[in-house]
Amino acid sequence: MIMKKDVVFKHVTMRYGHFKALEDLSLQLAQGKIYGLIGRNGAGKTTLLSLLASFLEPTEGTIEVNGKTVFENADLMQQVTFVYEKEYKEDTEKVKAHLEAVEAYKPNYDPDYALELIKAFNLPLTKPVNELSKGMMSALNVTIGLVSRSPITIFDEAYSGMDAPTREIFYQKIVEDHALHPRTIILSTHLVSEMDYLFDEVVIVHKGKLILKEPIDVLLEMGAAVTGAVEEVDHFVQNMKKINSQRLGGTKSVMVMETLSEQQRIQARQTGLEIGPVSLQDLFIHLTKEGDQDEQK
Amino acid sequence: MGQSFNDSKPIFLQIKDRIEDQIVNDQLKVNDQIPSTTQLVTFYKINHLTVAKGINLLVDAGVIYKKRGVGMFVAEGAKELLIEQRKKSFVDQFMLPMIQEAQKLGISESELTNLIKQLKGRE
Repeated sequence: MIMKKDVVFKHVTMRYGHFKALEDLSLQLAQGKIYGLIGRNGAGKTTLLSLLASFLEPTEGTIEVNGKTVFENADLMQQVTFVYEKEYKEDTEKVKAHLEAVEAYKPNYDPDYALELIKAFNLPLTKPVNELSKGMMSALNVTIGLVSRSPITIFDEAYSGMDAPTREIFYQKIVEDHALHPRTIILSTHLVSEMDYLFDEVVIVHKGKLILKEPIDVLLEMGAAVTGAVEEVDHFVQNMKKINSQRLGGTKSVMVMETLSEQQRIQARQTGLEIGPVSLQDLFIHLTKEGDQDEQK
Repeated sequence: MGQSFNDSKPIFLQIKDRIEDQIVNDQLKVNDQIPSTTQLVTFYKINHLTVAKGINLLVDAGVIYKKRGVGMFVAEGAKELLIEQRKKSFVDQFMLPMIQEAQKLGISESELTNLIKQLKGRE
C-alpha cells in the first residue's frame, strides 16, 4: 500500500560519466519513520539523498514522493528539507536573519522551537554566518533541519562538525521532537554505534547498490555471535551464513547471519557455547567488507 | 550517560527488570508515573522499539497501566505481584546454581548453612 508521503525509488541508476554512483536501486520508505542510511565513503549515500531532495535528476529510473515525481516539482520540494555540511563562505548575514529567511519558506517552521534549539546549541544570533566555527555551522544546519519540521527531513552527515556532547544534544532533540511531531527522517551516517538507537529501520548501501533494508529490531535478531571451543563452534555454525570469524588459541568466535530459535540457543548453551548479540556496527563492517566476500567463496 | 546493559539477556528484558526493581524498592510507588519512552530512550540510549517491548510486557503483566495521552503508571498491587514472582524465580535463579556449585566444590549442606549464617551476621 502506498501511503501519504511515501518515498519510492524505482530502478534508479545515477551515472557520472562512466562512474555509476547508483545502480538499479529500488527502495521504499514509509511515512513517519526514522531511517538510518548507512554506507561506507563513496557508497552512494549522498547521491541517493540528493536525488530525493531533487538536487539531481536520475540517469534512469524514477523517484516518487506521494506518487509524484520529485525532480523539479516545486510543491514536493517544499516538503523536503535536506541538511548537509553546507559552507557559507560568502554569507555575511547574521544567524538571526538567516533563520528568519528559512522561516519564510518552510511552512511548518516553529519559532518557539527555534528558540529552544538556539539555546540548546548555544547559537550566537548576532554573529555573521560565515564567521561561525565548524561546530556552530553544523549546529545551525541541524537546527534548520529540525525546526523546519518537514514531512521528509534528510540529515546527510550534517553532524560531522559537531563535537560529541553537541551530537548528543542533537540525538536527544531528534528523539523528543519525532515523538511529538512524527515525520520521515533520514540520517545518513558512518557513526553507526553512537546513533543506532535512533533508527526505526536501517538501509545499507554498498557500491551503489541497496544491500539491506530492515527494521532495526529484526536486523539485530538476524545476527548472532557464537563463541566457544573451536570444534563446538564449527559444528554449530556449519550450515549458517558466516560473516566473520576470529580465533584466539582454542577459542573461536563466529558471527552468523541467522535468526536463532530458542531451541538452538538452548542447544548452544548445553554444549558450552556463548551466544551474544551482533551490533549494527559489526553487521555494517562485515557486510561491506572490501573484496565482495560472497564472490570469493 | 545511561547505565550500560550486559549481553546476558535481551535489552528489553533488562529495561523491564530495571523498572520492576524501582517498584520493588519503592522508588516508584502505586500510581506514580514511570518515565516516558522518550525519556528512557535518551537516558539509556536504546531504541524506542526495544523500550516499548519491555514496557508492553509490564502492561501485559498488570504491573503498570496506561492512561491515554498522559503516560504509564504503577498499578495497584504491583509490588506484591513482583515480589511473589521473584520469590518463585529465586529458587531457579539463585538457589539452584548455588547448590550445583556447592556440590562441585564438595561443600556440605551444613557448611552451606553455616556460610549463610556467617554472611547474614556480617550485615
